[in-house]
Formats: sequence, structure tokens, C-alpha cells
Amino acid sequence: MSEIARTRREWLLSERPASRLQARLGRAYVTWRRFSSNRLAMVGLGIIVALLVVAALADVLAPQSATIGDLKNARLLPPSSAHIFGTDDLGRDILSRIIYGSRLTLYVVALVAIIAAPVGLLVGTVAGYAGGWIDAILMRITDIFLAFPKLILALAFVAALGPGIENAVLAIAITSWPPYARIARAETLTVRNSDYIKAVQLMGASPFHIVLRHIMPLCISSLIVRVTLDMAGIILTAAGLGFVGLGAQPPLPEWGAMIASGRRFILDQWWVAAAPGGAILIVSLGFNLLGDGLRDALDPRSGGQ
Amino acid sequence: MSAAISITDLQVVYDRFHALNGVSLEVEAGESFGLVGESGSGKSTLLRAVAGLAPVSAGTISVNGQKLGPRRDKAFYRQVQMVFQDPYGSLHPRQTVDRLLQEPLAVHGIGDGETRIQRALDEVGLGSGFRFRYSHQLSGGQRQRVAIARALILEPSILLLDEPTSALDASVQAEVLNLLEEVRRARGLTFLMVSHDLAVVTHMCGRLMVMRNGETVEMLSAAELATRQASHDYTQRLLAASDGFVRHPGTFSPG
Repeated sequence: MSEIARTRREWLLSERPASRLQARLGRAYVTWRRFSSNRLAMVGLGIIVALLVVAALADVLAPQSATIGDLKNARLLPPSSAHIFGTDDLGRDILSRIIYGSRLTLYVVALVAIIAAPVGLLVGTVAGYAGGWIDAILMRITDIFLAFPKLILALAFVAALGPGIENAVLAIAITSWPPYARIARAETLTVRNSDYIKAVQLMGASPFHIVLRHIMPLCISSLIVRVTLDMAGIILTAAGLGFVGLGAQPPLPEWGAMIASGRRFILDQWWVAAAPGGAILIVSLGFNLLGDGLRDALDPRSGGQ
Repeated sequence: MSAAISITDLQVVYDRFHALNGVSLEVEAGESFGLVGESGSGKSTLLRAVAGLAPVSAGTISVNGQKLGPRRDKAFYRQVQMVFQDPYGSLHPRQTVDRLLQEPLAVHGIGDGETRIQRALDEVGLGSGFRFRYSHQLSGGQRQRVAIARALILEPSILLLDEPTSALDASVQAEVLNLLEEVRRARGLTFLMVSHDLAVVTHMCGRLMVMRNGETVEMLSAAELATRQASHDYTQRLLAASDGFVRHPGTFSPG
């Protein structure tokens, strides 16, 4: 067994890969080794994997319904063996609501990342590579978006589009792409005059081809790091929108909305707000640790070359 | 024989700084032509202007009898390729050798990639063991060989060489120069080569042009350079400088 593991590692770390696949896997393996040697990053990864598992198996894991409570007998019960995190003012089991709420959290985070990161990447690399008036126009638009306070702009968008989780996602995405554009542009500016980009120009490649195939891959790792570190902020913004009542609407078990509803009896029934608050804290911490680990593992400037 | 590269009264201006000031030049097909001068003399700018990487403000450049406009087309890049000075900066840090060599073929829609890449690697003396390595897994000399393979894979007739060996140590320098000489002879290539190393130019080139401050100082043949028959004062000083530091007896007294 260990013999097989050793030969596999030798194959991955080979200085003379024999195929495209081996070269790519070898590189991924080196990155993984650098990442996994960081204990805290592994803790972060563990938290995120746990979140994914909980969200996927919510129907199996949740002991009770997230939306239907027992108004007659189970209002605001403190934590006990029947309700580990207690119950809220409508008699719903808080643990079940948190488990189902993980789906909403993932939904928001994933959608924002899918919308905002590519937009920022495209705007930043095109502005950085084209330069001149294209750069000026794109970056001034970015500056305008950056000048607005994020939560206030999101509030304005939600107020205009109407409350609801889809609109909250859209609002957060619209306010979070400008930093990605800035990063992508800065990275592009450092590589656009390098000899290896000049060499591709000398092959007669089109600007579109150069940006897509040669510049974007170089920007992606720093962007992944930044997006991961921003995940915590996105969760908090979504929770904030939920808290002021413009995010997820009742009876959806969104963590921010749960804190908002627990605010009224925070002194006597502390567990109603504490449990979702703790969940937000742990998941945000998980994303931050993961992002830090990814920065160390993916940073093109540290090691590897 | 017709001129492979013909340049007349070329001017390159960067922000009102005249990097090149009315330079004219003819390079015959199959010839190896050297450009020498100190740093900032405009020799690299001349090379970049031919490649289309420097802004030409006046004058004309013709390649194989065709006059070049401000935008180069794909056909131009199949005739002219360039090897850069710094092999550590001219290879993409995230691409394997295989990917680097595939890129020009993909851009020009050339089909038989497998055999071409194999042939290009063999030609520059790198076996297939190097094909799937990343550039950080290669030494400086190996990187420069990959850069040469990349330039040759489109089968150009003209190769622009921007100090191809100045970033390499002495023993590797000789290997790379011999490799360049071999491919030139085998393929009948035209070289336009920039160097500040007069020994390299004397070894590689038939004729050369001495430049200073963006202007031509004089044209020489390699034989004239080797026997030090330079007519111009500046060339003489350049030759003296290339001998290295010589202590004049009596001018220095220790203690």
C-alpha cells in the first residue's frame, strides 16, 4: 500500500512529466501540499466542507421542520435535549432552521461569486490591457461604484427591485465587483509589458486571445483568494439585508433574518439570536481561514518559480 | 540577392525622446547582421521597431520586398520572429513547454502540432523529456533553447535576436550561439542581432553597424572589426572598452 503511495507521489512530483495530464496533476499536487501544510487553512476547509455537507443533507439532518412550529407548546423554549438550540417565538426548532439556513447562505455566496468575479475579471483585464480611453472609461465607472457605501447601495437596489433573496444577491453582486476589477487591472498592468506577452503578440495573436488565454489565467489565483476572503463580507451583507428586512422574507430561515426576529427578546431569550449569530461567525471564520491558506498556496510570487 | 530587411530614415520617438534618429540599413537574405553600441544607443529599439513593438514616427521598413504599415498582419509574423534577451522573462510562468510551442501553431491554425513540436524540440537539442515541464523547471540555457524553438516553429525566414546570450553564463553562451549558427546554416535564415559583446558579434555576424544615441556611427565588416580597422573614434573606444580594464603601469601606486 505504502509502496503504491510512494510511486504515485514520485509520478506526481516527476521532474520529467511524460504527458500534459501528468504535468497538470503534478502542479496541482504541489499546490495542495503547500495548502495542506497550513493547519488553520485545513480547519477553514473543514468548516466549508461541513457547511456543504450540512446544506446537501439538510433534509436528513434537520430533526424538525424549519417553517412549521408548535405555537401552543413550544414557544421560546431554552436549549434542551429535545431542542438543542431552543425554539423561537413561533415555536420552531432553531437547530433545524440553522441547518436549512445553510442552503440560503451557500446560495447567496455562490451566486454572488459567480456573478461578481467574472464581471470584475473581464472589466479589469480589458481595461488594463487596452489602456487609453477604454481604461479611463471602465475604471471611472468602477470608481463610481466604489464610492458608494456597499450596504447602502445594496439597500437602494433592494428598495428599487423589491425585497427578496434573489434581489439581495443581485444587489450584493452589483456592489462587490469593483474591487475585483481593480485587482485584475493591477495584475494585468504588471504583466502586459512583459516579454512573454510580447512574444505572444509577435505570434500575431489577437488582443482578445491574449487577454483570454494569457492574462486572465495569471489574474485568476489572486482573484480566487480575494473572493474567498470576501465571502465572509458577503455573508454579513446578506445577513445585514436580512436583518433590516430587505433580504430573505419570512418564513425562509435566513440567518440574518433570524437574528433580527430574535432581537426583540434578546435579554430574556438570548438563544434565539445567539445560535444564528454563532453560525454566521463560524462560517465567516471558515472562509477567512480558507482564503488565507489559498493566498499562501496560490500566490505566484511565493515559491514555485 | 535581394534585401531581406530594408530600413530607410527610421525614426522612433517616445514622449519627445528620439530613440532612433534617421537610421538606414539593408540586410541581405541569408546574411547575419550585427548591431552594436552601448546601452541606450537605440539598437534594441531598432529591433523592436522591425518587430512592430516600437512606435515608428517616420521612415519605412520593408521585409522581403514588402513595405510594412503600422499594423502587422499574420503573414508578417510567419516571416519574422524574435528571440528575447531575458529567458527568465520571455516564457509564460504558468505554461508548459508544450503549451508554449502549441500557441503559435494555434494562432496560425497549423494542424500537425505533434510532429512540429517534436521536431522543434529535437532541433534545439531538447529531448521530449522537456516537453511537459514548466519554465521554472528549466535552467537559463534550456529556457533560451525553448524560446528559440518557439521562434522557429513558425518557420520564419528572418530571426531578430535581442542579446540572446547576455543573460547566460559563459559556457552556456557558446552552446546557444553554436545552436543559432547551426539553424541559420541549415535553414538559410537571415539574422538581425543586437549585442553589446563585440566578441559575440565578430563570431556570429558578417557585417555590423555601430550605433550611438539613436544614430549610425559606422558600418563595418566583421573582418575589419577583428583586425581593428575602425575608422571612427567612437568604435575605437568601444573596442578598447571591450578589452576590459587595463591597468596602465605607473599610474597606480599602492600604499
